[in-house]
Amino acid sequence: MFKIVKKRVLADVSKLMEVEAPLVARKAQPGQFIILRVDDNGERIPLTIADSDKEKGTITIIFQEVGKTTMQLGALEEGDYLSDFVGPLGQAMELPTTGRIIAVGGGVGIAPVYPKVKAFHEAGMEVISIIGARTADLLILEDEMRAVSKELHVCTDDGTKGHHGFVSDILQKFLDDKSQKIDEIIAVGPLPMMRAVSNQTKPYGVKTMVSLNPIMVDGTGMCGCCRVTVGGQTKFTCVDGPVFDAHEVDFVELTRRGQMYLQEEKVAVDKYEHECRSGGGR
Amino acid sequence: MLDKDQIKQLRRMKEKHPMPEQAPQDRVKNYNEVPFGYDADTAIKEATRCLQCKEAKCVEGCPVEVDIPGFIGLIAEGKFDEGIKKLKEKNNLPAVCGRVCPQESQCEAFCIRGKKGEPVAIGRLERFLADYELAKGVETPPKPPSTGKRVAIVGAGPAGLTAAGDLARMGHEVVLFEAFHATGGVLRYGIPEFRLPKEKVLQREVDYIASLGVDIKTNVVVGKTITIDELFDEEGFQAVFIGTGAGLPMFLNIPGENLNGVFSANEFLTRANLMKAYLFPDYDTPIKLGKKVAVVGAGNVAMDSARTSLRLGAEEVHIVYRRSDKEMPARAEEIEHAKEEGVVFNLLTNPVKIIGDENGWVKGMECIRMELGEPDDSGRARPVPIKGSEFIFDVDTIVIAIGQSPNPLIPQTTSDLEISRWGTIEADEEGATSRKGVYAGGDIVTGAATVILAMGAGKVAARAMDNYLKTL
Repeated sequence: MFKIVKKRVLADVSKLMEVEAPLVARKAQPGQFIILRVDDNGERIPLTIADSDKEKGTITIIFQEVGKTTMQLGALEEGDYLSDFVGPLGQAMELPTTGRIIAVGGGVGIAPVYPKVKAFHEAGMEVISIIGARTADLLILEDEMRAVSKELHVCTDDGTKGHHGFVSDILQKFLDDKSQKIDEIIAVGPLPMMRAVSNQTKPYGVKTMVSLNPIMVDGTGMCGCCRVTVGGQTKFTCVDGPVFDAHEVDFVELTRRGQMYLQEEKVAVDKYEHECRSGGGR
Repeated sequence: MLDKDQIKQLRRMKEKHPMPEQAPQDRVKNYNEVPFGYDADTAIKEATRCLQCKEAKCVEGCPVEVDIPGFIGLIAEGKFDEGIKKLKEKNNLPAVCGRVCPQESQCEAFCIRGKKGEPVAIGRLERFLADYELAKGVETPPKPPSTGKRVAIVGAGPAGLTAAGDLARMGHEVVLFEAFHATGGVLRYGIPEFRLPKEKVLQREVDYIASLGVDIKTNVVVGKTITIDELFDEEGFQAVFIGTGAGLPMFLNIPGENLNGVFSANEFLTRANLMKAYLFPDYDTPIKLGKKVAVVGAGNVAMDSARTSLRLGAEEVHIVYRRSDKEMPARAEEIEHAKEEGVVFNLLTNPVKIIGDENGWVKGMECIRMELGEPDDSGRARPVPIKGSEFIFDVDTIVIAIGQSPNPLIPQTTSDLEISRWGTIEADEEGATSRKGVYAGGDIVTGAATVILAMGAGKVAARAMDNYLKTL
């Protein structure tokens, strides 16, 4: 059992939790993820390691309540326990040591971008960060991102905070500015956003990395559920990724595979909400 | 008790006592175990068929060296409590073995009774004793004095559980690390409930291993959470056994394999067994299954996938296999069960392409007919495509069950460990690897094989490790 030692509501449905997992914390590196199960009937879901603290032996996860499992997770409080928590899984991200880097985080994707930017910052590199959300209330980790970025650009789709528009608008300005070379772009967010950024940067030939979050079961390369075509080859996100070169990723296939269980996800949410309303649960 | 005439008659009886089982039309609608097992009366009668050979050949066919005539003789005398003790002297997982061992190619293949008629039903008798004990309550043997030595076991599958149990019984302090949230390895994620009940059988035998003093730690991916090097240098273990199995799915590498509706058998069975997708939405993990399923391959994993598909509600389930029925690697019993349940066998048929609909879901599989040619490296006739015989198989779900390869996590993260070109760990006949104190056994050494061979390797390695630990 793994204890939730801290919980913070970042935005309406975005929550942060610190979970006691000393073995995982000892090894966690930026880019890696964990898999958790809320309870004995639970599914295994992957979540990016947003932060880790070796001394305290904790791992920070940030999630948006989008399905049954994340809703159930969000309903837990400090002092509650998770059945299972395993990691760190996946490859650590390769950190360039020189150059100019732009990090782009969309919505809950700001959470997985943060540890990467923090790692760059700790390595003494300057990162330009662009974060965005649908509306100001959904914007997460603004202060944290500001603390580790050289510049932070904020945008909201509805203009309630920062630039009125998309992260791509701001990114475009940097791409158009020929006076300063961009060495690498890291973009994490919902699939459509990562796909858009990838399409946007491709003509400029700027190396663009994305962190993928497909459906997984075991997370150790055993099942192949998370397979994705990268550069024409099948890769397993859980062991070969989760960070890949965006320009090589087959986003059409990835999007399609992500929708395989839409129907079942709805069934599970409906059942959960019904149980919550009737005060039951299991 | 049986009288002399009855004994005489049984000694002449050519066939095994049949195993009562669920009727095919009933069992495809549930996940309950198919065979019911012998009752005491039948077990005594079947045990009486054993001739109690002085030099029993059957024992030679047992990878874990069970005293087969010994425990069978005790059953014949109605001494079940002594029988199970005898059995468990060598086998820590008898209820599992009695169900999933391929006895026909091991102990029973050597049985003298098999020369004229059927061999003694050793597997069924083993299961009888194990179930007898599970029903009345499992006894834990007294703890041996501690040696003060610490051993780590990596992987709670058949090899790891066996090694862990044996080493604990030798007095060592044993910690067993498992990557999943539950123990059992392939016994948990691979073999379906209807062949090996998880709570009633597997969990009870794992509990027994734990009761021997084995400290089981789930959710630890050795190679990621902690490395073998760290187990020695930081955690103070003096020996390590690696039993991480052959967990990587093989794909066909044909176009369309990433379409929605194509599963590796590992994914399919893991969802169904470990995650209990057949109980969705009471359990959270779903499994997406269409109406017409093709399972590619003809080993035990393929049969398990096909039979699971039927139980999940598929209307039609096909085995697609590129060789003929003679080469099918599955156990005869599994093939028979699948056929009885209505699985259709498409032999000498090889997939060449998977076809998707406009939304990216499988709608068919292009196959080509094959014929058998000269034997290949494996000694089996090589299947050769018949030109122009391509046809479209109309299916909406495909399960690829053509084998598994070794998990590379540990080979990649352990120093001084010799690895073969197939990715398996190099180990001698006692399980010793190129690195001092590190032993390995099961599929990670041999490539994908059977539960009992993995258990045998765990047993042999445990003995070698015990000898090694004595030298420290």
